[in-house]
Amino acid sequence: MNNRDETDKTMMDITQIIQRIAPDAQIEERQKLTVTVKPGQLHRVVEALYRNEELPFDYLVSLTGMDWGETLGVIYQFSSSADLTQEVVIMTATADRENPLLYSITDFYETAHLNEREVYALFGIRFINNPDMRRFLLNDQWKGFPFRKDYKHDAGLNPVTVISSEIVDLAPCIRETAGGKLIEENNPVFDAEDYIVNIGPQHPSTHGVMHFRTSLDGEIVKKVDVHSGYIHRGIEKLCESMTYPQMLHLTDRLDYLSANINRHALCICIEKAAEIEVPERALYIRTIMDELQRISSHLLAWATHCNDLGATTAFIYGMREREHILDIFDKTCGGRLIINQNVVGGVMFDLYPDFQKDVKAFIPYMRGRLKEYDNFFSHNAIALGRMVHIGLLSREDAISYGVTGPAGRASGWSCDVRRYKPYALYDRVEFKEIVRTEGDSYARYLNRLNEIAESLHIIEQLIDNIPSGEICAKVKPIIRVPAGQFFQSVETGKGEFGVFIESNGDKNPYRVKFRSPSLSAVSVIPLICKGAFLSDLIGITGSMDFVIPDIDR
Amino acid sequence: MEVRDIKIKAFPAEEFKDNETLQQYIDAFKKEGGSVIVGKLDQLIDWGRANSLWPLAFATSCCGIEFMAAASAHYDLSRFGMEVTRNSPRQADVMVVAGTIVNKMAPLLRRVYDQMAEPKYVVAMGACAISGGPFKNSYNVIQGVDRIVPVDVFIPGCPPRPESLFYGLLQLQRKVRIERFFGNKRIKRNYRPETLIHPETGESIDPQIDFDNE
Amino acid sequence: MLIYSQPLELTKLLAAIDNFLQGHLSPGWAVPVKGILVGILLLAAYAIIALALIYIERKVAAFFQARLGPNRLGKYGTIQSLADMIKILIKEVIHIRKADKLLFYAAPFFVIVASVLAFGALPFGINLHALDFNIGVFYLLAVSSLGIIGILLAGWSSNNKYSMIGAMRSGAQFISYELSAGFSLMTIVVLSGSMQFSEIIEGQRYCWNLFNGHLPAMIAFVIYLISGHAETNRGPFDLPEAESELTAGYHTEYSGLQFSFFYLSEYLNMFIVAAVAATVFLGGWMPVQIKGWEAFNQVMWYIPSWAWFFGKAGLLMFFSLWVRWSFPRLRIDLLLNLEWKYLLPINLANLLVMVVIVLSGFTLTDLFPALFGK
Repeated sequence: MNNRDETDKTMMDITQIIQRIAPDAQIEERQKLTVTVKPGQLHRVVEALYRNEELPFDYLVSLTGMDWGETLGVIYQFSSSADLTQEVVIMTATADRENPLLYSITDFYETAHLNEREVYALFGIRFINNPDMRRFLLNDQWKGFPFRKDYKHDAGLNPVTVISSEIVDLAPCIRETAGGKLIEENNPVFDAEDYIVNIGPQHPSTHGVMHFRTSLDGEIVKKVDVHSGYIHRGIEKLCESMTYPQMLHLTDRLDYLSANINRHALCICIEKAAEIEVPERALYIRTIMDELQRISSHLLAWATHCNDLGATTAFIYGMREREHILDIFDKTCGGRLIINQNVVGGVMFDLYPDFQKDVKAFIPYMRGRLKEYDNFFSHNAIALGRMVHIGLLSREDAISYGVTGPAGRASGWSCDVRRYKPYALYDRVEFKEIVRTEGDSYARYLNRLNEIAESLHIIEQLIDNIPSGEICAKVKPIIRVPAGQFFQSVETGKGEFGVFIESNGDKNPYRVKFRSPSLSAVSVIPLICKGAFLSDLIGITGSMDFVIPDIDR
Repeated sequence: MEVRDIKIKAFPAEEFKDNETLQQYIDAFKKEGGSVIVGKLDQLIDWGRANSLWPLAFATSCCGIEFMAAASAHYDLSRFGMEVTRNSPRQADVMVVAGTIVNKMAPLLRRVYDQMAEPKYVVAMGACAISGGPFKNSYNVIQGVDRIVPVDVFIPGCPPRPESLFYGLLQLQRKVRIERFFGNKRIKRNYRPETLIHPETGESIDPQIDFDNE
Repeated sequence: MLIYSQPLELTKLLAAIDNFLQGHLSPGWAVPVKGILVGILLLAAYAIIALALIYIERKVAAFFQARLGPNRLGKYGTIQSLADMIKILIKEVIHIRKADKLLFYAAPFFVIVASVLAFGALPFGINLHALDFNIGVFYLLAVSSLGIIGILLAGWSSNNKYSMIGAMRSGAQFISYELSAGFSLMTIVVLSGSMQFSEIIEGQRYCWNLFNGHLPAMIAFVIYLISGHAETNRGPFDLPEAESELTAGYHTEYSGLQFSFFYLSEYLNMFIVAAVAATVFLGGWMPVQIKGWEAFNQVMWYIPSWAWFFGKAGLLMFFSLWVRWSFPRLRIDLLLNLEWKYLLPINLANLLVMVVIVLSGFTLTDLFPALFGK
């Protein structure tokens, strides 16, 4: 109770701060404290939140572009790194649809860089003072802004081509001078005589289709320029034309390694919005499946990280253990990678009779394997040389870039959503949040292995107590979510995965946004790889563990 | 040669589906004739080619993970001699397109295909590569990689299980086994490049163009 | 000199062929024909050993990785490499438009010629030795280092940045480790007092050099294995190819037969390193002999010398594969640190120690002539 009061008190303070700076801001108590400000005041309000001494809102959870028909705008979701339960949502909008301009907040939050570029590509909103306003997910030649409501998809508008266009390394930017005038300029991304190597998009070690344009000085990385969008499938846009249950299968294909957990997030979001009660048994199944999925995700991350460092055998070992989990998934619902288990209101398939036996057999087996991994790789001299003190990420940078999950926790930032905003059964199980302070590749590597052990511990607590009963609440095939904005975040294998739904009360959502943990992980690569060796660039990307479809959505 | 003469170890011809199409190809080739010695040589070459398909994993999404799973201990692609994944397209024989291909990726897919050395084969793995799959209606997704490159085998699934991948690759082996090196006879492949348009002129692209020489 | 019967040796066969040629051809023709025959045999052996090694590597890798490995063609997949060979022989060779044509085509030949030259100088068994130089060790070191020129040319001429980085890495790596390999072989040359392979092998009749020179020889052995491993660009020293970093390194742009040259020579170099190590440290084709145990020695001689040679080399190769499939890859600075900061100083000191040991008579043959003496 005490905690609740404190929260209310801080929120009161924040309301006052915002009112002092922007007296005409609309402050509403929705699912989260929501403030609507004028575009001109946005930068000052954000600065006040960021510099708030008592509780600095230094973590930009998500930055969502919006098209409200008349106006174009952005929804910012802020949180505090010290206490993830404290959240503020700030909205701003401009009525200029021809040349929409908003102020950038990249001077406070590094993670805003790529997010603002994404909003530019999808909505056409440009951000003043953002040093790099290239489109992020789409090509420069792309006509129109696909996420705007008036965009008509037409094959003739942006035809498929097989002739590749040159990459122009010029970053346009709109700068505001001291006098308040706006100047448009083009900044070169690389120096003229830089030796640029394209790592990706078709490269064995970018974990998909990431494209790092890397300038090298010998073997030393001078600068990394992140290009993405090679698998931008427009999932968020597709969701807008689907009913809520139909959306579920698309979340699976974002971060396919945490498919079930992503789906869980969307289910919870819809359940909370539509006030659907989930049966107890379903909660148990969801939690156990989530943890199994987390283990499989971490195993694959471990395997590919080792593979990036050149240890092929370790890769095969990781995949070998992963198959045991996939077998359990397979027996439960027939899927391996993508299991379609969670549905709104519960789960689709009940557990098979031997489920508990299989899981209980898996736990000691996996513990033995973790020891094997330690013997085989964790203490290997070469592996240590490739990971210790490599890719250092400080706590401040992790927060500013929004790097969550095992990578964020390796930098000393306690950011486990399961602990701060428990969902499903995480408030009833006992588990340790693994936090390390070294911030190097090795800490991230160890974090994953330790989290596997913790997940096993969580499963152990639940597996014997699964209650009997319904597995799914009675849900109508077409769910109508009341009008409003709804947020939900969960902890996937990669970090904080968030779902944002804006609903008009219709059977399909007005806007859906997925907060991608991988996007943050990849946005920090230029920082931590600067000055590293080319080999380490590959090793560090392995240790950050991102999944590209999750970035591109 | 008949379909049942194409021996795949531990997998009799009757267990494969769509033997009829394959038989049609064989009959068509047979009509054109050819000497016996050359025929034997052809068979030897086809045997070598079919059993040494080195894949290039063009993995963009979930299907890529299943490809990795297929190459790992549990399923083991190496049994068919296919574990030599070459990351350089110059050295690969079969490109496994595993995952969604979007507008931005299309030129790169084509370029990787053009970089491969003949004989080259393409396997479209998964619903996305076949038709766009769950993302068919998206503004950015290409509805099937056969619009960009010729495809030999389609493997349905979202994502296909490793067993399906093996089945598809074995079907590809069977297709390779009836080709003729002498006379350069290859099986017709699925290819519909009609929708490709040159970005500058707006005209449709002639599929015969050698894009490398642009 | 040899008093044991050697039923499975090829000596008689070789002598018969020799007599046949001498008898039917004029002396002016016999020698060239013999040379051509030996050349063809060596090339055939080269190809067969390379194909066998590729198959073995794939099987051994599968064994370490809990897989099965190729098992569809022939019994246990034994003719898998044959299928690969047929395919790659008729695979298209791509001409790179912006490549430096001459160098691009020359590069694979440098690589394969260097390894064939080195391969030709190996003593495979009694009389199975194409040319027994008095500077055999020196010759082998010299020709095997030609290969690096091919790799550098390949990287430079491909006009590909990955190739370029791979080739530069390879150059730095090769030159560094060539030093270590040379010095560790020099240590043994000091011990045996000869550079001729036949003499080195003969000197190891009762006591392998590895034991004869005890501590310094063992150090030299380990250093030679490490640097030999590094010279052949195999994991954990496979930086020039570094699949996960540089796609295929210096041979990224090569296809078909040209690529297969790189591929074959890689495996053959591994064999050459193992064969040299077996010859110089483990007695080469000489069967295990114990002074005075005549019956035992006779039994050992029933196993032909070439089998001993391939057995010893095979053991070392298995070791090399074991290392390759167990360790992650080194980074270029770690790799060079290992050589210049550790291996080279140790090696130099080791050479000095060996000289002292040999001069002051502390080798096993000198200490216990009754057991190990010649």
